[in-house]
Amino acid sequence: MEKVTKIVVMAKQVPDTRNVGKDAMTPEGTVNRAALAAIFNPEDLNALEMALQLKDRIGSATVHVLTMGPQRAADVIRESMFRGADGGYLLSGREFAGSDTLATSYALACALRKICPDIIVAGRQAIDGDTAQVGPQVAEKLGLPQVTYAEELLDVTADTVTIKRRLERGSETVVSPLPAVITVNSSAKECRPRNAKRVMKYKYALATSELATADEQRKSFIAERDYLHIVEFGAADVNPDPEQLGLAGSPTKVKKIENVVLQAKESKSLTADDKDIEALMQELIASHTLG
Amino acid sequence: MANFYLDNKDLQYHLSHPLMKRIIELKERGFADAKLYDYAPQDTEDALDSYKRVLEIVGDVCAEVIAPNAEGVDHEGPRVVNDHVEYASGTVRNIEALNEAGLGGMTLPRRFDGLNMPVTCFAMANEMVARADAGFENIWGLQDCAETINEFATEEIKAKFLPRVSAGETCAMDLTEPDAGSDLGAVMLKATWDEAAGLWRLNGCKRFITNGDGDISLVLARTEEGTKDARGLSMLIYDKRDGGVKVRRIENKLGIKGSPTCELVFNNAPAVLVGDRKMGLIKYVMSLMNAARLGIAAQSTGLCEAAYREALKYAGEREQFGKPIIGFAAVAEMLKNMEAKTLASRALLYETARFVDIYKQLNHISHERSLESEERQEMKFYNRLADGFTPIAKMFASEYANEVAYDSIQIHGGSGYMKDYACERLYRDARIMNIYEGTTQLQVVAAINHVTKGTYLEQIMRYEENTPTEATKAMYDRLVELRKVYEAAVERVETLDKECSGYKDFHARRLVEIAGYVIMSHIMLRQAGECEAEYLAPTTIFVKYATKKIREAASYINDSEASDVELFRA
Repeated sequence: MEKVTKIVVMAKQVPDTRNVGKDAMTPEGTVNRAALAAIFNPEDLNALEMALQLKDRIGSATVHVLTMGPQRAADVIRESMFRGADGGYLLSGREFAGSDTLATSYALACALRKICPDIIVAGRQAIDGDTAQVGPQVAEKLGLPQVTYAEELLDVTADTVTIKRRLERGSETVVSPLPAVITVNSSAKECRPRNAKRVMKYKYALATSELATADEQRKSFIAERDYLHIVEFGAADVNPDPEQLGLAGSPTKVKKIENVVLQAKESKSLTADDKDIEALMQELIASHTLG
Repeated sequence: MANFYLDNKDLQYHLSHPLMKRIIELKERGFADAKLYDYAPQDTEDALDSYKRVLEIVGDVCAEVIAPNAEGVDHEGPRVVNDHVEYASGTVRNIEALNEAGLGGMTLPRRFDGLNMPVTCFAMANEMVARADAGFENIWGLQDCAETINEFATEEIKAKFLPRVSAGETCAMDLTEPDAGSDLGAVMLKATWDEAAGLWRLNGCKRFITNGDGDISLVLARTEEGTKDARGLSMLIYDKRDGGVKVRRIENKLGIKGSPTCELVFNNAPAVLVGDRKMGLIKYVMSLMNAARLGIAAQSTGLCEAAYREALKYAGEREQFGKPIIGFAAVAEMLKNMEAKTLASRALLYETARFVDIYKQLNHISHERSLESEERQEMKFYNRLADGFTPIAKMFASEYANEVAYDSIQIHGGSGYMKDYACERLYRDARIMNIYEGTTQLQVVAAINHVTKGTYLEQIMRYEENTPTEATKAMYDRLVELRKVYEAAVERVETLDKECSGYKDFHARRLVEIAGYVIMSHIMLRQAGECEAEYLAPTTIFVKYATKKIREAASYINDSEASDVELFRA
């Protein structure tokens, strides 16, 4: 039998911090999630596209999306199915609450050990935390090579992948053995749109806990169609060390959050001559804005 | 994320029209496909939900891909390379995105990989695509050629070509020639039967062919040697994969520059026959034309939407005399009228599309089984309405597209005359809409029969059966009064036409316009009754405008003597 390459995309549902209004923060200085729409983390969509390109090239491959979050994060999986993914895994449970990047990558690594993918793709970073740590940490925990800042998939063979990486001052092409973790940059190709037939096919897909509260008609409808069932893992399903999960497994402590209001300062007029520009350069270097 | 469906409440409103239920019932034939296809709906509600979701995808691709490409496509345009069309790069990207979204074969049955959606939804998709880029809509909208293939071709031909349309291949309809434009009966492109190869061979030239280098072309050709009129013409399919057609040139046009308008040379190009010989113009082109006219009505409505929004945005941003110009009465009135025309054009478009849907589906069903007598009557009823409404929908929408685009530039002032704003492109793009697929003057020729036969009057009387609400009562009374004006005008014209032949032709456009204004007002009135918050104000504005236009036309007719026919003869 032909081998089916298993591709897993790690994706996250995030508050839409790109359109922040005045209610974006609570008086306590935390993100007011109710005021911000929950969206598919933008770079994870680039990652999904790369995963789908891998599938297009390999032929015999599947793309599944793994997301950790509350029940509503299943939206990310459905959205992925509309765009080309074959299915997904929702990693959900109280035990995961309060995870920092270390605990998140630990939980995801536990789930991935269970799933056993050949290729793992993720967005470079999420727009809520902007750490870019989870992808690399997962790779470390699974002992896999990692290709970060991926911009373009150039080639894939049975045991290698060739990727163009976007670097600060140019690009570089790397060949990595598989399995590997690839984290994808926003400069990579945008994700393909939803596909009409896929939307019609997958619109009723539900994760296990969502299914539990669905009406009988929906339940029996999904029972007859396995592809509409989104796999859901609780903590117990992925055999973790409880000490490394959630708040307990998160060494990051938030000391203080400040609500910074940016205010326009007085402007300064400069002439176009070299002296003024030189003075400005010195000033910016001194204030560490440059250099 | 911008979305041309989600940002347009009016469009969403039309999808919720009560007649959609009947359309779905006919389109889904008892939901038998649900057992065969994983994307087929289970019931009416499910179907409507799927339509909404698919239109949302269209809205997303339009706003995020097609609209941002429009300016580049307008500048770059297509070109001829090695006798074939090479699209502008933005056009290529647009097609790729729509195909990734799986939006080919929108109305085709599922057994041909289609989405099996109603014509009404396809028109909505066309409207959004046109709002994003009117020129590109020509290329994409031509997939409705497949409807003609589906209606008249053999099962074998359908199975060969229709799945390719569903997969995103583009179409063309090759009708006009240098000496056969509005008068298609004069088409001379020659089709000869090649006995050895068992197919037809096409030789000759076609001109002004939109997307002439499309993958699948419907070609009107003369199969009957020695004939000179419509009776010698048949419809054939030319497959680009077979070769034999060269693009001689692409026309350099005023607008819709992204849409390649081709001059084609056929040199022994192989082709297969659609349906019966000699029925090319009489039957199949008429079917193609009706679909195409509805397409242009959708394209025009999309252009109205774009031009209105550009003007509204500019008027809110541009400050003069210390305030945004939208605050000036003269500007605000223009905007309100533009909005009212856009809504009226859309109201008539989807009313027509629903009539077409019901008629077409019953017609398809009639090929599968014999219709019950009630169904036969229903089909006849909607066929008549579809035939009557299609020309006025095309005529009003395309004229409004021009008017709204004109006013959009006016609101932009001097800046609108520069190449810096989209309104100048919209203005150039709009100009073809009341010309192609039958000029406004030809729509009048088609519509005047329905003035005479009473199609419009009967439908107006049906609209009058709706009870007005308190808020719409005064307008309703006005429309009853205007209907009487219409009847009187028709009577006067018919009476004087008996005295002086040509009198009716002379006033035909005025009569058709009066009928159209009453009809659009009634549809708007119904909307205002159902949804006051959205529609009462624009309906009131539209009815005022319609009243003015009707009185002007009626007054011209009343003052016009039989001798005017001679006076205006050139």
